[in-house]
Amino acid sequence: MSGFEDHGDFVRPYEEPPPGHVSSSRLERVLRSGRFAVTAELNPPDSADPADVFEAARPLGEVADAINATDASGANCHMSSIGISALLTRAGYGTVYQISCRDRNRIAIQGDVLGAAAMGVRNVLCLTGDGVGVGDQPGAKPVFDFDSLSLLRTIRTMRDDGVFLSGRKISRPPRMFLGAAENPCIEPHEWRPERLAKKVDAGAEFIQTNYIFDIPLFEKFMARVRDLGLDKRVFILAGVGPLASAKAARWMRSNVPGIHIPDSVIARMEGAQKPGEEGKKLCIELIQRMREIPGVAGVHVMAYRREHQVSEIILESGVLEGRRARRRGSEPTGAGPEA
Amino acid sequence: MYRARLFAIRHAAAFEWIYQRLERLMIACDPVFARIGYERVERPIALVERGVKGVLFDCKMCGQCVLSSTGMSCPMNCPKELRNGPCGGVRPGGYCEVKPWMRCVWALAWDGSSRMKGGDKIREVLPPVDRSLKGSSSWLRVSREKAARLREAREAARTTIAQAFPGARANEPAVAPLATEPASAVNREQRQ
Repeated sequence: MSGFEDHGDFVRPYEEPPPGHVSSSRLERVLRSGRFAVTAELNPPDSADPADVFEAARPLGEVADAINATDASGANCHMSSIGISALLTRAGYGTVYQISCRDRNRIAIQGDVLGAAAMGVRNVLCLTGDGVGVGDQPGAKPVFDFDSLSLLRTIRTMRDDGVFLSGRKISRPPRMFLGAAENPCIEPHEWRPERLAKKVDAGAEFIQTNYIFDIPLFEKFMARVRDLGLDKRVFILAGVGPLASAKAARWMRSNVPGIHIPDSVIARMEGAQKPGEEGKKLCIELIQRMREIPGVAGVHVMAYRREHQVSEIILESGVLEGRRARRRGSEPTGAGPEA
Repeated sequence: MYRARLFAIRHAAAFEWIYQRLERLMIACDPVFARIGYERVERPIALVERGVKGVLFDCKMCGQCVLSSTGMSCPMNCPKELRNGPCGGVRPGGYCEVKPWMRCVWALAWDGSSRMKGGDKIREVLPPVDRSLKGSSSWLRVSREKAARLREAREAARTTIAQAFPGARANEPAVAPLATEPASAVNREQRQ
């Protein structure tokens, strides 16, 4: 049940990435081969039991090329991203280790990157992080020593030049696939693509966006992204998620920073007989429309407390074209991290 | 002062012009500062800088001023102290996630930049702040740095000439000198 028996306690030796790749990440391989990639966000447990992590990962593992372990998202304390990433990696899942600049300074972050890489983590998402004020402990000290761009550039320097920011040598650099976030539907709209260009310059190789419910706005963003030639330089995974109800949508819109939900979406949820099913249907439609937009390389599913719907949503949307990210229980014991 | 900050952004082009002049003046003053000693001018200049920039830009004296690259909107006023653009939490209308009454520092920065001749500088990725420089004068830092770079360029040119004319240099050492020239030996108009 816990996932231990199935996969053993396996640590993979240090490895150099395959030719043409920066890491041995499955997500990178899927994206570079031109397949439509799927990542999914895991709801981190408030627990020290590894079984809770495997439990949370199970509904995502079948369809996700990599599972995102959030780093105290919304400034709420949960099990750490590095801990979750390490557990899941050793159980054979692809993982995205998220780093928020809110809680740690440059010394802690650079050390954690090496630690995560040693434990087999191959993808990292560099985030600024929400302000501490919106979280469960608003009295905390906000760090913000880096911003997401200087963080990207730092990890790229560690990986490609084999040095810390101080210039001190790293004997075995962390071979990680570098990601960043973008929020196409939030102001200042006209500058969001330019900001994306900066992130790519700083080192981003894949992008996971925040929730997108406004397709016309996203299409406008992507048109500008293509004008800037960014779709050729970075893999963009569009953020989606099933809404639970009109009430939940309204709450998200006014309480979670950086979420834009058009009134038409809320009206549609309001009119639905079964809001849960409608939310799922809407999510599938969004994925199918996103897939048609040139430059979109995949989707990133954030189904907070609706993880049970993720497999159905992805399978019904047809984006995997029959392939499976990882069949549950089908891998031999000790398959190793990110096979 | 928040209103002065908004004024500075509306007039980013004018401030850009002023800043370019100021920078030239500071570089020209490098020999003077060097003679008096940078450590001696540091405190008075930092005091003036703090006063002027505090009123105009809500300057936090980070010591690593990047106003010319951020549309004259000081990024240290961002509650997350972001140096490379807005976060993903900007509120409708372009207001700050953390301080909802304040316009997003970075929404203002793009606005200011679009009014400036050198507005494209905003596209360059900036390094993290060196916190050990907090409270020191950024103006003097610019003056030292640019003057040093100009000196280096001049030295490089002199070396090239000396290497290109080895015979002449052997016969007439004054035609391609490599030794450091004292400020008083350099023609006043060419000193910059």
